[in-house]
Amino acid sequence: MQNNIAVKMQNITKTFGKKVIANKNVTLHIEKGEILSLLGENGSGKTTLMNMLAGIYYPDSGSIFMDNDGEGLKEVSIRSPKDAYTLGIGMIHQHFKLVDVFTATENVALGLDRSIAFNKKQIATDILAICDKYGFKVDPDKKVYNMSVSEKQTLEIVKALYRGANILILDEPTAVLTPQETDMLFDVMRNMKEDGKSIIIITHKLNEVLAISDRVSILRKGEYVGTVDTADASVQSLTEMMVGQKVTLEIDRKEPHDKKERLVVKDLTCVNKYGVTALDNISFTAYGGEILGVAGISGSGQKELLEAIAGLHETTEGSSVQYIAPDSDEKTELIGKTALQIKNMGVALSFVPEDRLGMGLVGSMGMSDNMMLRSYRKGFIFTERTGPKKLANKVKEELEVVTPSIQTPVRKLSGGNVQKVLVGREIAAQPTVLMTAYAVRGLDVNTSYTIYGLLNEQKEKGVAVIYVGEDLDVLLALSDRILVLCDGKLNGIVDARTTTKEEIGLLMTHIREEAQNNG
Amino acid sequence: MANVATHKEPLVRIAKRDSIPFWKSTIVRLISIVLALIVCGGIIYLLVKVNPLEVYKSMVEGAFGSFSKDYKFFNRRTWITIRDTMMLLCIAVGLAPAFKMRFWNIGAEGQILVGGIATAACMIYLKDLPPVVLFICMVVTSLLAGAIWSFLPALFKAKWNTNETLFTLMMNYVAIQLTSFFVALWENPYGSNTVGVINPTGHEGWFPSVFGQDYLLNVIVVMIVTVGMFIYLKYSKQGYEIAVVGDSENTARYAGINVKKVIIRTMLISGAICGLSGFVAVSGASHTISISTAGGKGFTAIIVAWLAKFNTFTMILISMLLVFLDKGAIEIASKYDLNDYVASMITGIILFFILGSEFFINYRMIFRHKNKEVQ
Amino acid sequence: MSGLTTLLQSSIAFGTIIMFGALGEIITEKAGNLNLGIPGVMYLGAISSLVGVFFYEKNVAEPNPVVCAIIAILCAFCAAALGGLIFSFLTITLRANQNVTGLTLTIFGSGVANFFGGLLNGFAGGVGQIRVATTSKVFMTKLPLLSDLGIVGKLLFSYGWLVYVAIILAILCQWYLNKTRSGLNLRAVGENPATADAAGINVTLYRYLATCIGTGIAGLGGLYYVMDYTKGTWANDGTIENLGWLAVALVIFAIWRPKNAIWGAYLFGFLFWAYLYIPGLNRQSLELFNMLPYVVTIIVLVFTSFRKKRENQPPNSLGLAYFREDR
Repeated sequence: MQNNIAVKMQNITKTFGKKVIANKNVTLHIEKGEILSLLGENGSGKTTLMNMLAGIYYPDSGSIFMDNDGEGLKEVSIRSPKDAYTLGIGMIHQHFKLVDVFTATENVALGLDRSIAFNKKQIATDILAICDKYGFKVDPDKKVYNMSVSEKQTLEIVKALYRGANILILDEPTAVLTPQETDMLFDVMRNMKEDGKSIIIITHKLNEVLAISDRVSILRKGEYVGTVDTADASVQSLTEMMVGQKVTLEIDRKEPHDKKERLVVKDLTCVNKYGVTALDNISFTAYGGEILGVAGISGSGQKELLEAIAGLHETTEGSSVQYIAPDSDEKTELIGKTALQIKNMGVALSFVPEDRLGMGLVGSMGMSDNMMLRSYRKGFIFTERTGPKKLANKVKEELEVVTPSIQTPVRKLSGGNVQKVLVGREIAAQPTVLMTAYAVRGLDVNTSYTIYGLLNEQKEKGVAVIYVGEDLDVLLALSDRILVLCDGKLNGIVDARTTTKEEIGLLMTHIREEAQNNG
Repeated sequence: MANVATHKEPLVRIAKRDSIPFWKSTIVRLISIVLALIVCGGIIYLLVKVNPLEVYKSMVEGAFGSFSKDYKFFNRRTWITIRDTMMLLCIAVGLAPAFKMRFWNIGAEGQILVGGIATAACMIYLKDLPPVVLFICMVVTSLLAGAIWSFLPALFKAKWNTNETLFTLMMNYVAIQLTSFFVALWENPYGSNTVGVINPTGHEGWFPSVFGQDYLLNVIVVMIVTVGMFIYLKYSKQGYEIAVVGDSENTARYAGINVKKVIIRTMLISGAICGLSGFVAVSGASHTISISTAGGKGFTAIIVAWLAKFNTFTMILISMLLVFLDKGAIEIASKYDLNDYVASMITGIILFFILGSEFFINYRMIFRHKNKEVQ
Repeated sequence: MSGLTTLLQSSIAFGTIIMFGALGEIITEKAGNLNLGIPGVMYLGAISSLVGVFFYEKNVAEPNPVVCAIIAILCAFCAAALGGLIFSFLTITLRANQNVTGLTLTIFGSGVANFFGGLLNGFAGGVGQIRVATTSKVFMTKLPLLSDLGIVGKLLFSYGWLVYVAIILAILCQWYLNKTRSGLNLRAVGENPATADAAGINVTLYRYLATCIGTGIAGLGGLYYVMDYTKGTWANDGTIENLGWLAVALVIFAIWRPKNAIWGAYLFGFLFWAYLYIPGLNRQSLELFNMLPYVVTIIVLVFTSFRKKRENQPPNSLGLAYFREDR
């Protein structure tokens, strides 16, 4: 058995900064000629772990062993992507590493030091040979900026194979593919496995895990949970390993009272900047006085949903978001208005975006200045400073923000404190609709509970709260209803009090449709 | 397959610093300046073989007048140092809003020149107006000229994302040729290829002396602009918008800011103040116009603005340092029979050191802490 | 006819200076480094070659022409590359801002050159007294026979050999960037350093080499200027600085393609000298006329940003430092 191992990672630990532990003491191995799924929720450290194999990161501690020459495992040190290539490791990142203005051939030839001049024709022939062997389709002379996402991904795989990669790491390869493209990719992966290559596929889609892999290794919150043979695994067992034992969260959830229609979303469709339909005909209603959870694997359209409502994302013809004012029942259409126009119409819409420092806050400014980001227009010529200052002090005190002073640039605060500043500001605006995206990502338990408390408080006040989350336990314990997105489509809205984690997990993936089809 | 199994952990790794206390960063900067002065002293020593301490003393004397028994600090030399500091400061202050917005306005040189041309034109053609009206004309036209010069790059940046660094750079040379054109037009005396001192007898359009000091008005004008810009950037709504756009355009959109509008407006202000520096240079100092009216100060000011991290008051200190070096080096040059260009050389060296020192403020180095045994 | 011939000749001579500068800067910018220190390094190249051969010729009774040429070229290339090394160290290793560092390099280079130029003039007994006759003669050597072939000979073969070196260099650069693996890697570093890094390319090394070799080539522009164009003299008149900025302009004009830099350089030279042959230009309109190269460059810049043709854009990461863990 020993000589069948291609790579072994032992006791790998990687931290970022002082607080964020991405991987803690992880030990796992990949066998020759197998497809291994690396399964885990968002933020469980899958990508970081694989980046250390690909030479992007260097582990803080732990060792990597490889069997390069068939003579057993030897410790290796992978300091750069070049080292990784030399060792036969190729990683296909989620964000493709391709040069847009180059052709497929040029991208494949990149970084190889063979002859001085490069023979485009020869490389093109080689590319086509690889394509034939495994069943790819690549046009060697096509420029990358003219390629579809799926073509780019194919090119990335061909590039890795051309370099003689024996171990291929695919980071969430299906996230950007249509079901048909996914099937094609899986066929190719099987062909490569036949050829003796080892493939690691990073994913959190259970159906894919079951469909393609031989073994599954599971990570949870940066730690290694275990490995099972796919043959012995089921959706239920994998879900359990991935999400852990059901945790009873002590979130004080009250029954909603005086529920009132607040946002009526109808046929909302968004096309993102890559021309891909990110939201497909979404219709739902958000009520004042309840928390509507939004579940889904990342990139299922959560970001677009919130941004479209906030007036920050283009929508296609026919989309509609109606806002119903709490006092007057007056209806206002939000689609087609800019964020500023929505605000000026008196719609108190608060939004805590996913990208805290890139969108919600100004990193180089202190708390005080950040407090006025959405209200700085008050006053004549000069900004009004005393209000924001008071507010900053209030937020600092009430939410226990740890910062040297309210003037310290928020970029220098820890993730949790940054989030408190952002949430504090948005709540202080006395919203009637409060949208939060991954409000507790990267936060410690105490801070998370503070945020849950704040959200519940807003619900009590009659605010319509939309909570986009990734931790299913929290979604179940916090929300009143849960809306599940899958690939930009609405897969269902369930009652959070009666549903189970498994049901949501199934809705998040395609399993439900398939189960129905099969049944 | 090559064997890379024998790699060790890299010797030095680099990581971004979270923060650094103010006193530490100040010490790093001071060390860099001291190191640079030592290097410069060494070079000058090699050239003229005099005691470096003598050299430093000469530099101080060059900037603030020679020390004698009846030494007065506010002597002519000091005033010229102050005048030149103000000029450099004014340009740097003009660049501050653009840089704060992360817009690389390296077209100050041209904006100064067109401001200077406008001023000179007023002095030549409108000298019969009452002084107050004349001054208003000079200020307004120089502001407008600078604003127009920066409007084009800003417009194209906002609308089509045209590279502003290259655009503003090219505008400098268009302005230089334009200046040459006006120098030829206003040539006086004929054939000298200079404009000569404008209005040498009546001093129309010259900065009047205040309290008997020729250059006190320069200080007043520039300090008003400096303080005004400080307040504008720090306390005004528009200044706030500039800071947000400079930090992240996404955040600006989130806050409902019209990014294009802010880019154009800010560049108009930036160019206008650089144009105003042209006014100060022509009306308040040289009383003539030539292609050396800007004389590279537009470029030096970029460095001042960058090093000061957009804080207009820090700019005063850095402008002073640079002008001091310039004057000091010129003094050394004349004293030891070298030439004035030693000043640019020394300035260059010192700036290299200061630029390099920023690294130690923003990053920290992690040395290999253990030697893993490798199989 | 002879007027036109002279005009074309001076255009080509003038164009050669900025062609060297532009070629160097194209290589540098293709690797993602925007070096605004080109005027400075051209200064460094010019003065170093002059100082080098001045002392050689002064101390040797019968200077050997070949040695003269080698000394001049080595001095020019190395001094300029040293300037590039300072730039690289500050911007690549210490991650200082490229614009600011480049401008500082220009201040430094012009200071050093004019300072030592002044010293050298003083040493030689006054402005215009520097004599590097042998070297200057070497660089002004024309192709024998061919230059006597009437007008064609005059137009094509009447220049010092550096003119042809520049053309060959441009063709070489074009070949290098588009036909070699290393050139491909270099372009990738300038377009997308993270991708290049992931492909196993040593981004730091490529940027260092591109910048140092690029500035070295630009330094040859300075060499050509002092040895051939001004026939081995030195004047502190700021001409080289203006030429340096024209070289930066030419890079944009040529949309980062060496082969375009050849005719672009000659066109710039033509625009620069055409006033002599346009009747009715007075001194004032002459100055306006001299704006043309810059105005044309701006138009090209604007036009390329309009068209948004991907191949004609500046290298994507131009002016940005790269830090692998910065994401």
